[in-house]
Amino acid sequence: MSFNPIVALGSIATAALIVMGATSALDRLAGSLVASPELVTLTAGSFDHPRPGEFLGEGHPVAAPRILATVGAPLKIMKYQVTASEYGRCVTAGSCKASDTPGSGNFPVTGVSHIDAEAYTAWLSAQTGATWRLPTDTEWAYAASERFRGDIEGGAGDPNNPALRWLAQYRTEASLGRKSDPEPRVQGAFGTNSKGVADIAGNVWEWTSTCYVHAAVARNGISIVSSIDNCGVHVVEGFHRTYMSNFIRDGKSGGCAVGTPPDNLGFRLVRERLNIVRATLRRLGFS
Amino acid sequence: MLTRREALLGTVLAAAAVATVGAMPAVASAKEVVGLPREKVTLVAPPFVHAHDQVAKGGPKVVEFTMTVEEKPVVIDADGTQLNAMTYNGSIPGPLMVVHEGDYLELTLINPDTNTLAHNIDFHAATGALGGGGLTLINPGEQVTLRFKATRTGTFVYHCAPGGPMIPWHVVSGMSGAVMVLPRDGLGDDKGKSIRYDRIYYIGENDFYIPRDEQGKFKKYETAGDNYDETVKVMRGLIPTHVVFNGKAGSLTGENAMKAKVGETVLIVHSQANRDTRPHLIGGHGDYVWEQGKFANPPAKDLETWFIRGGSAGSALYTFLQPGIYAYVNHNLIEAVELGATAHFAVDGTWDDDLMKQVEAPRAITS
Repeated sequence: MSFNPIVALGSIATAALIVMGATSALDRLAGSLVASPELVTLTAGSFDHPRPGEFLGEGHPVAAPRILATVGAPLKIMKYQVTASEYGRCVTAGSCKASDTPGSGNFPVTGVSHIDAEAYTAWLSAQTGATWRLPTDTEWAYAASERFRGDIEGGAGDPNNPALRWLAQYRTEASLGRKSDPEPRVQGAFGTNSKGVADIAGNVWEWTSTCYVHAAVARNGISIVSSIDNCGVHVVEGFHRTYMSNFIRDGKSGGCAVGTPPDNLGFRLVRERLNIVRATLRRLGFS
Repeated sequence: MLTRREALLGTVLAAAAVATVGAMPAVASAKEVVGLPREKVTLVAPPFVHAHDQVAKGGPKVVEFTMTVEEKPVVIDADGTQLNAMTYNGSIPGPLMVVHEGDYLELTLINPDTNTLAHNIDFHAATGALGGGGLTLINPGEQVTLRFKATRTGTFVYHCAPGGPMIPWHVVSGMSGAVMVLPRDGLGDDKGKSIRYDRIYYIGENDFYIPRDEQGKFKKYETAGDNYDETVKVMRGLIPTHVVFNGKAGSLTGENAMKAKVGETVLIVHSQANRDTRPHLIGGHGDYVWEQGKFANPPAKDLETWFIRGGSAGSALYTFLQPGIYAYVNHNLIEAVELGATAHFAVDGTWDDDLMKQVEAPRAITS
């Protein structure tokens, strides 16, 4: 399967990115509590995007519907994945469980589950007074830009021979020839994409806040007629898009019998508008 | 506890013992063998098997094979874990050798001087001299030729057995393979009716015992000898760190998945030189299974899972009826998924709705 280039609409293309330093007053405030992670700001925009999940059309598997996805407001997302040392502070504070993989310094934290990522998110928000959260699948794909791949798909199912889709998917995956690459690299080792976001689709897959879904698609191939969410499983993004149970920390043991498992599981966060009142209260000693 | 020095000394003592055995008189029937036709076979690496007739043409012959022992580091999982492997002909498992009942299997075993250890070969298909182990011990820089008569049909393990504590260590370092002795008129079903296979795959299963460092990471060693002490400690716990097919977790998946078509009959030969295993074809069956691997016994029919005793090779015959991806696993599923014992078949062909159909796709439960 080829890359799914994101069709960026509007004026988001080049001038869009602003790398946030520790220059704004709000960041200085946050920085007084915990060093603020480097952020990339992406302007709002729309792009062509295959929905995450499993889709049925007239009772048979179909390719994920492609929709015009929209990121409605400027998106502030961490330039790098959360590092082992950043995560370690949460562990030291007693708010996060130690990761499965002992890492250090400017290496991405790995061996963390969706539950761990949420715990870190809550802790970081409390520390900084800002609201941090995992990106949605749409937001991640938007930030990933040309490095977004999506699911390794078998295309539309043949009602007369379901195995054709399984074989196609298996062969597509095999032909990618991606070798396992389990050793995390230092922050930035996989370079930045066209939007200035680093280490997308390297060897650490990232948790998102989007739940796994089974959906029935209308005859137009796009509209969702009905769907059932399973929020015990979340979308994981990286070299390819896959789905993992919330408690999995090692993608290797989470993969199905014929799937390519992620080399590692980590995450990066997006920052909501800074909550000035809360940050000020925290600074004054009220939590 | 044995030190490395003592371990290597053990090899020397074994070599001395073998020298005595080697001094025994030659077998009397050797002259009769001289006049037989000879065939030289080039071995191929598993899971493939060298070309062979299922039904023997003509009378007994001498089938000549050559294998070179290679000691070399190999990677045994996706994390890059390294085994200081000892191999027959460079592969784990060693190649499958096929002959017919009444043939003579003649193996030239070469131990190049680039190796550091003494090796030999014990054929479970052979009679006498510790399966040939007593006549084949060679030091680096030596070669030896052994001939044995294939008197019993079936699939049989061969492995290295250079004496004392060296035996299990060499075996769990990769030194095993299998021989298949076919009945002269080919395979027969439970009623003796002739059956054939369109494809044959040979799967060798290995249990590995890699020591870990203080952080729990697998250790790497310069040479095989360096790992001996610590490896034996792990071995004595009897819990392998890896259970794999074809020498490496994932070696028979993806681009290397085994291939078949709907309607084709596949013979799967499965050996395990050291430890019990229980092969299972997910979504398929064993139409005819020689669990113990010996063709003089009628095959069991319609098995879901079959049991291969440690130190034996069994075989299962199956005609694929549906297309798709099949996982062939050791059905201790912890060993299959966590430790590596999973292979795949990619099977092309037409789906049979009569055998299986999704009557209704997943949807919300209606109350």
